[in-house]
Amino acid sequence: MTILEFTAVVASVSFVAGLLGALTGLGGGVVLVPLLTILFHVDIRYAIGASLVSVIATSSGAAAAYVKEGFSNIRIGMFLEIATTFGALLGAFLATRIPTSALAIIFGVVLLYSAYLSRKPRPAAQRSLPPDPLATRLRLNGSFPDLEGERSYNVQNVPTGFSLMFGAGALSGLLGIGSGAVKVLAMDQAMRIPFKVSTTTSNFMIGVTAAASAGVYLSRGYVDPGLAMPVMLGVLAGSLLGSRILVRAETKSLRLVFSLVILVLGLQMLYQGLWGRI
Amino acid sequence: MPAAQAPAPQRQPRKASLGEGRWDDHRIEVILGNLLRAGVLLSAAVVLAGACVYLSRHAHESADYRIFRGEPSDFRTIPGVIRSVINGRGRGLIQLGLLFLIATPIARVAFSIVGFAMERDRMYVAFTLIVLAILLYSLLGSGVGV
Repeated sequence: MTILEFTAVVASVSFVAGLLGALTGLGGGVVLVPLLTILFHVDIRYAIGASLVSVIATSSGAAAAYVKEGFSNIRIGMFLEIATTFGALLGAFLATRIPTSALAIIFGVVLLYSAYLSRKPRPAAQRSLPPDPLATRLRLNGSFPDLEGERSYNVQNVPTGFSLMFGAGALSGLLGIGSGAVKVLAMDQAMRIPFKVSTTTSNFMIGVTAAASAGVYLSRGYVDPGLAMPVMLGVLAGSLLGSRILVRAETKSLRLVFSLVILVLGLQMLYQGLWGRI
Repeated sequence: MPAAQAPAPQRQPRKASLGEGRWDDHRIEVILGNLLRAGVLLSAAVVLAGACVYLSRHAHESADYRIFRGEPSDFRTIPGVIRSVINGRGRGLIQLGLLFLIATPIARVAFSIVGFAMERDRMYVAFTLIVLAILLYSLLGSGVGV
């Protein structure tokens, strides 16, 4: 393939990944690394470097739109970013030391978990939980506009959430992804933060987390300009378009298709990692 | 999976019943959101310009990313990137755009310090300084700066 063809094809695939990721809410970054390694036979280290910069682009590009909704909580975000950035730094250093087959296997497991999570029904919103002393001291509790007016929430299990966020940061640094699946585990399930608050806050955090490992990747020579360029521009354009068009009716089946794609890619990554193809 | 699990944006009118302290936070967030978008658009423009130069020169060479070689130092360090931009290299320009992109969330964290300081929230000024220190360590301490 010539560089022109390669650039055009990778940009198109990245565009579709970004578009579907934004429409389904599953994020496009997670499918990019497996697509680049399996379809285009790109070395997984180059793929991770390119995916990482595209994660910063989508997160930061969508931030302005999310902020207008007024649900995100910058205190929760900033507090948890201490955990995610530390984790990301650790993950990036680990990534340069462990074999690529191990990276592929970890990636496969994360993809399978994401596919499982995307099919699981969301737990019903907790109405009134008692305030947690630690969360109160850290001023994490907040409120957001709901259909019936202002709704306040009390954040729970701060230490558990903080530790899980460290893990999410480490995975993000290790695999070059936003690791939304682990963030959901930490914010929705452990800390009981309302769905809308946790998605918008996590979007804010993803860019900062990725920036913490991007420096390490760049200095190690994992970020190739010829590959990162079509990936970053494609994903950014796709996700910006995706966040603008509302195809409500189709989202459910789109989500199903996209989770199947994630499932298949996860199995592929596991297989190739286990049999030493990556 | 950025924007993970985010539902398609809902365009609900903002309720006017927000508390005072919350409104301050929201104002900071709006400024930060616009800052982030400006940073991303700037870096995308620089990357696109670099892409034009790169593709106009190398379009017909063959693309091969099967074997990991690591980037040359011109594309791995800030001085190297600046040097290659001055030399008019397209890939140097792409890397410069990517450096702007990495700097965008860092700028957001730096501006948050100002925001929290204006709210006189010392605890969160301290938290934000920790995050900024980690980010600067990653960017400068890992060898990108040299």
